[in-house]
Amino acid sequence: MIRVRLRAMYLGRCQFSLSSPGGGKGELWGSPMTRRRILLVAAGARFASFLPKAAATEAAMADAIRAVIGESEAQRGKVELELPPIVENGNTVPLAVSVDSPMTEADHVESIHIFNQKNPQPYVAAFKLGPRTGKARVATRIRLADSQRVVAIARLSDGSYWSDSVDVIVTLAACTEQ
Amino acid sequence: MARVLINLPSHAKPGEIIEIKTLIAHPMETGYRLDSTGAAISRDIINHFVCSYNGDEIFRAELFLAIAANPFIAFFTTATESGELVFSWTDDHGQTQTEVRQITVE
Repeated sequence: MIRVRLRAMYLGRCQFSLSSPGGGKGELWGSPMTRRRILLVAAGARFASFLPKAAATEAAMADAIRAVIGESEAQRGKVELELPPIVENGNTVPLAVSVDSPMTEADHVESIHIFNQKNPQPYVAAFKLGPRTGKARVATRIRLADSQRVVAIARLSDGSYWSDSVDVIVTLAACTEQ
Repeated sequence: MARVLINLPSHAKPGEIIEIKTLIAHPMETGYRLDSTGAAISRDIINHFVCSYNGDEIFRAELFLAIAANPFIAFFTTATESGELVFSWTDDHGQTQTEVRQITVE
């Protein structure tokens, strides 16, 4: 029995081990494909194939943002995204978004969208607000799988989009307990 | 029924902006984890949260995988009249949990 180390799942740097029949020992990622490696991948795929694909990239984030804002451009400003610059535990990261808006019938925030760059999925959350919300500020707690950029985009009642982004360093990635 | 914490003032003045904090016990299982036998744990998250004030929707949230376990959501509203606030969470299985809190505005 050998131990195949898979680096799939939610995270850049969490690893978990699985046993599989066969010979040899190797890291699946990070070095060129050899015949042995291909066999190992095939062996590992027996276990990994039913896991959803964990792939989020900058392009995926851009696509997710495009799906929300369409052809318009998100301007910098008005929105303030509050996240700790260094996160010790990526499993629960406090996040708050506030938007500079009077929140009246004529001028209010309609929605706030949060995106990330390197989690398995780029979309974090969407919040729908209105004039009765009183104050354009929302807080929640999120997971971060790696050091990455988090983007907040707000849609105002005049149809304009405003954004803010924060780069976060994550020391312990959102990880699984095996 | 999952345990729920809701924090809001019981009394407010008309027009006062109040903060509402909510938290519900839920694992927010991503579907990316394996159990001890190597089988994938199926995805199970709360994907929707709605708050209404005397029947009018005042806040709504759509949640995805990156929301931490035991989702915490805090937001504001303007206290307009006495009445009830209804909070409801919906998960991937379509199950909804609803909580009601009273507020007195005078």
